Amino acid sequence: MSTTTEAPNETQEPREMRRLTVEEIVARTSTHNSLRDTVSQTITMAWRSLKKMRRNPEQFFDVIIQPLLFTAMFTYIFGGAISGSVSSYMPLIIPGILAQTALTACMAMGTQLREDMDKGVFDRFKSLPIARIAPLAGPALADVIRYVIAATLTILVGLVMGYRPGGGFVGTLGGWALTIVAAWSLAWIFTWLGTIARSAQAVQGISMMIMFPLSFMSNAFVKEDTMPDWLQAFVKVNPVSHVVTAVRDLMNEGRLTADVGWALFGCVVVVAIFAPLSVRSYKRHL
Amino acid sequence: MTLQRTPHAVKATGLVKTFGDFRAVDGIDLEVRRGEIFGVLGPNGAGKTTMLSMLATLLSIDEGQAEIFGVDVRREPHRIRQLLGVTGQYASVDENLTASENLWLFGRLQGVASREAKETAERLLLQFALEEAADKPISQFSGGMRRRLDLAASLITRPPLIFLDEPTTGLDPRTRGQMWDTIRGLVADGSTILLTTQYLDEADQLADRIAVIDRGRKVAEGTPEELKTSVGDSTLQLQLSDGADQALAIDVVRKVLGEEPVLTPESGRMNVALDDANRAADVLIGLRQAGIGISSVSVDKPTLDEVFLALTGHDTGESSDPTDDRDLEVAR
Ligand SMILES: Nc1ncnc2c1ncn2[C@@H]1O[C@H](COP(=O)(O)OP(=O)(O)OP(=O)(O)O)[C@@H](O)[C@H]1O
Ligand SMILES: [Mg+2]
Repeated sequence: MSTTTEAPNETQEPREMRRLTVEEIVARTSTHNSLRDTVSQTITMAWRSLKKMRRNPEQFFDVIIQPLLFTAMFTYIFGGAISGSVSSYMPLIIPGILAQTALTACMAMGTQLREDMDKGVFDRFKSLPIARIAPLAGPALADVIRYVIAATLTILVGLVMGYRPGGGFVGTLGGWALTIVAAWSLAWIFTWLGTIARSAQAVQGISMMIMFPLSFMSNAFVKEDTMPDWLQAFVKVNPVSHVVTAVRDLMNEGRLTADVGWALFGCVVVVAIFAPLSVRSYKRHL
Repeated sequence: MTLQRTPHAVKATGLVKTFGDFRAVDGIDLEVRRGEIFGVLGPNGAGKTTMLSMLATLLSIDEGQAEIFGVDVRREPHRIRQLLGVTGQYASVDENLTASENLWLFGRLQGVASREAKETAERLLLQFALEEAADKPISQFSGGMRRRLDLAASLITRPPLIFLDEPTTGLDPRTRGQMWDTIRGLVADGSTILLTTQYLDEADQLADRIAVIDRGRKVAEGTPEELKTSVGDSTLQLQLSDGADQALAIDVVRKVLGEEPVLTPESGRMNVALDDANRAADVLIGLRQAGIGISSVSVDKPTLDEVFLALTGHDTGESSDPTDDRDLEVAR
């Protein structure tokens, strides 16, 4: 067995260009990923998630069934009681359901990621020179397609049931887009959960505990002025409330109100906090 | 960045990894030279995987230093990851993708352009006899196919150093032989290989040099030849016709050679280390005179099994449990 240098082998290299010497390879290594590398790796990871979704279509069940079921259910059950009639409840409830659907759709991120991270392929991701955010941001990017389906279906069901958004097409489009942005941002909370919890079940349990107060202790289904003061205090700081109000303003009135600003600001804050936290705890898993 | 030429592919000193109070890797020094196959041999739980993971930046290094081609593992993990191809003990490919999609994915993640990644995938699938399974999902792969794909995935960027953690565990003898050929081919191609194994014959067959580790510590190092001679020049292997004669036979060997034989787990079987193969006859005559029957006898170079037994005082089997050592008496 030869323990000499690589030099003699270079000449025997048949197919490819001359093989680099170890020194050249070492000299070419980079000390970190550039932004361009990171973006490209994230997109590749998103491709992987999309492939996975296509082969496991049950991942789309929640975003298809829930808009169909919840929109009809909530509207007919609560419509009379809360707003006097179904048609007058629509402008209130459709944005509410949009936000709630977005929240439940992005909740799946944590469980999915936890399950994924326990698989062997993540060992390889860890051993490759890729940005530590790519395995997290890739799935998040691919998940946007689920939010698009959820938001689109909810609005369509509303339209079929007789909802006529006062904000017109542009306003509705704005509400739709804001819903998707909010879902993507809130998904980082669940991504973080996925990186810290020990099992997929644990993630599921904790996610539920976060999802229910966030969606129900908001103004998504009823106006907050019917609630006790202490609850109103929470409802007012709940980012979901701001999203709901913002979506209502956009869809019903076609107006860019302060709440739209607050909702977007809330999204930025959530991402700014939870994305770095997620990367940190993902790294610690190594 | 240093362009200085280091003779070593891996140089590690005093590596320590603790899990709680448990020292899984307990002060290991390691030097892997360029262009060689270095074998790390040890039983279950010896710390092989832990040690590789530390060198591959998958686990933090609690104590000690490690360099790969002169690059510090602790300080520049990102550069280390560009120099290494890691094939773990358990297949680390994506179950949801096909074989070629897997290779394409790992190529793209390492900055290979899409077209080129596709060509590389095709070439590797061909090289590893997986071209027919290229578009099958991994869930339909056999263990051997998975292992091959896993190795292929570590070679996409042609890394100068390759880690193989128990590359043939669970493979049938034929597939195992193919894997050995592949590994030899990689070295012929200029790569350096650090592999772990529980199989003594594998280390013997493949490795230029071997480190034997046990319970987180290195107990021996050298070429397979050196290790074998360290337990005597040759070994007399005896199978007594009647296991009940064992105690008597031990007495005879002690009297003739002044040394204890090494008992193997099988009843009535023992190995006697010999400095000189000619002494075998003396032992046999002694046994005949004591009236002890022998059903088989052979004089051989010692196997690595015996080396291991002599070095660690226990069998290579599952026994990291000291209580298992009771019936294993080592001649020293
Ligand atoms: N993450 C961990 N936490 C706690 N203990 C660990 C961890 N990883 C490994 N160990 C322990 O460290 C010891 C060495 O494990 P390691 O996996 O390195 O052994 P090995 O030599 O690779 O064994 P095998 O041949 O079974 O793969 C074992 O006792 C194992 O239980
Ligand atoms: Mg192991």
